[in-house]
Amino acid sequence: MRFSEIEKHLKKFKVGIAGAGGLGSNCAAALARTGVGTLVVADFDKVEPSNITRQYYFADQVGMMKTTALKENLIRIRPEINVVTCQIKLNEKNIPSVFNDCQVIVEAFDRSDMKQMLIETVQKELPSVPIIVGSGLAGWGNTGVLKFRKVDETLYICGDEMSEATDDNPPLAPRVCIVANMQANAVIEILMKKI
Amino acid sequence: MKILLNNREEEFDRDFITVSEMLELKKFSFRMRIIKINGELILKEKYDSAKIMDGDNVQMLYLMSGG
Repeated sequence: MRFSEIEKHLKKFKVGIAGAGGLGSNCAAALARTGVGTLVVADFDKVEPSNITRQYYFADQVGMMKTTALKENLIRIRPEINVVTCQIKLNEKNIPSVFNDCQVIVEAFDRSDMKQMLIETVQKELPSVPIIVGSGLAGWGNTGVLKFRKVDETLYICGDEMSEATDDNPPLAPRVCIVANMQANAVIEILMKKI
Repeated sequence: MKILLNNREEEFDRDFITVSEMLELKKFSFRMRIIKINGELILKEKYDSAKIMDGDNVQMLYLMSGG
């Protein structure tokens, strides 16, 4: 399949990105470059100086809302992309409506309790929508233990499922971007099978 | 009874166990996880009551912070 055909196919789809931090912003950039037509990006934070170490933002965007800054960057990559921004804190009540018409959802939260809440809500309220989870990406090295696992048709996981991000084991750009791009790769794989 | 836990066979000397009991018996200490029994999601509020029976296929994801 030629790139022009891949692009034309992906243009039809809408992908939800829950969280615009290290996973969400880098995953969104890969999806924009590949040609996904619409991205729904939900986040409630501002870009902090410490985010620049691994998130898809630039030093001159510090202080901007992440959703606004990411939309700006995605449009610089692909001017025709449609980016829907939601500046809200996602919860059990609003998740179904925010991602209602997405064909795939990317779980890109930082906190593990929020990951659990999102996955449980999506699996319960949007049972036909596949969710791609990122879990275990802190530190450096150990590339070989980062893996992709399909649990079933609606649940996929990327990461090592081991390394917890802490002050003494921070997430660094290489591993964060590997996992974010594993998630993007899983999204593309699912969408390429869709008619 | 025998079950499949993340595609590996596990044996327990019981007729059935609850999700909470399995986590304790296996000494799984991670706090955040997703559990599915035969493809059905078990919400965290149900860990004490949801039963795992002989032949069940249990899938467990570990959720680590960072993202």
